[in-house]
Amino acid sequence: MSELSVNHLLGIKYLNKQDIQLIFETTDHFKEVINRSIKKVPSLRDITIANLFFENSTRTKLSFELAEKRLSADVINFSASQSSVKKGETLIDTVNNILSMKVDMVVIRHPNAGAGVFLSKHIKASIINAGDGTHEHPTQALLDTYSIRERLGEVKGKNVVIVGDILHSRVALSNIFALQLQGADVMVCGPKTLIPKYIEKLGVKVETNLRKALNWCDVANMLRVQNERMDISYFPSTREYTQQFGVNKALLESLDKEIVIMHPGPINRGVEITSDVADSNQAIILNQVENGVAIRMAVIYLLASKIKQ
Amino acid sequence: MSQKVLLNAKEVNIILHRLACQLIENHNDFTNTVLIGIQPRGKYLADRLAKMLKDDYKIKNIQLGHLDITFFRDDFRRGDKPLEANTTEIDFIIENKNVVFIDDVLYTGRSIRAALTAIQSFGRPSEIELLTLIDRRFSRHLPIQPDYRGRQVDAINNEKVKVNWIENEGEDTVYLINNE
Repeated sequence: MSELSVNHLLGIKYLNKQDIQLIFETTDHFKEVINRSIKKVPSLRDITIANLFFENSTRTKLSFELAEKRLSADVINFSASQSSVKKGETLIDTVNNILSMKVDMVVIRHPNAGAGVFLSKHIKASIINAGDGTHEHPTQALLDTYSIRERLGEVKGKNVVIVGDILHSRVALSNIFALQLQGADVMVCGPKTLIPKYIEKLGVKVETNLRKALNWCDVANMLRVQNERMDISYFPSTREYTQQFGVNKALLESLDKEIVIMHPGPINRGVEITSDVADSNQAIILNQVENGVAIRMAVIYLLASKIKQ
Repeated sequence: MSQKVLLNAKEVNIILHRLACQLIENHNDFTNTVLIGIQPRGKYLADRLAKMLKDDYKIKNIQLGHLDITFFRDDFRRGDKPLEANTTEIDFIIENKNVVFIDDVLYTGRSIRAALTAIQSFGRPSEIELLTLIDRRFSRHLPIQPDYRGRQVDAINNEKVKVNWIENEGEDTVYLINNE
């Protein structure tokens, strides 16, 4: 078996096709493991992992922590809201302090793009980017494309539309890279104000009409409107956004074919997606969450195997 | 590198029949017994024995599984090569069952140690036995011995025992390979 071409998971753009293939194959094995009655394996019992969350998170943090514990790693958690960051400590100082407690791997979420890349240049530990600002969220893209592969057999040749707030979304960027690497065709759809300029340069289609986008796609990944990242108003009202870019049952039923609905969470029910769609069989939202643990186990396992004793 | 044949196809076949009969002697109709092939190489031996028990000895209820021990090995991050995982397929309950581990070569005993830990994730078996085609004598790192052995072999450390199967390599032959 080959190994990952990278020592850190900083973004999908640093991975190649073989890396994703290897991560998915390893995920298949871990998915079997987490469905056993005892869901834990002892592989990483001599590895310590620090989860550094400089930004709020529920799902990702729980998912990483569970993945680490299922691999028997020792885990320490840190969230910026309760720490000395508030007292003026720099990022490198904070992390170096934690590393001097003999930590082998760091999972970091940070509001600034490039935080993971910056750290990887300055500290000795494997880094996993759990979301850096509006830049990348690689494990989310891996679990999204893994879930598509699981539902539709393969990602290659599929048409995937990412709907919503593309401008503020790290999930969108990582998904575009991951989908294209695996041979899918990608479209983004949303209000013009929330679609970054020149995004066509990445080789994605742009559509502002949701119905046209849904008619084209096999999979629709619905993103949340990230109000917390918006400094100005990007659309007149939430109600108008919902009318133009929200998915409801009637809209889905009027399409020619049944498409797969995804959502990275947290869902704003009734805004980008209605409850009857979110809870329907077309939606694989909870499969995404389940696969998230297995994907993170695979990534951590594969990176840890590159840390030499 | 030189190699010599330890067992040819005919000898392998005779030994497999003997091992099948020994299993029947202890496990009767296999109602409370499950066979577990240890991945990756024990799978072929387990599949072959299960087929033999079904076809030649008319035992109907053979429960056969494959156990991957990669995540339970004690040499993670210690070798040059990354550890390659394989599929685990155990589609039955092993609680209170008699489990027979099946592997092709017993050498240091470390794989079996890992398998003993791994199987606990699936429940508490009533007892566990070990069947191996080749038992490399005097090379154990752990106090583990087979309950059913095909052939005992004396091999020194830079020698390797390789078991080939028709299903995979196109021949049933056991080789002793000397790397010098």
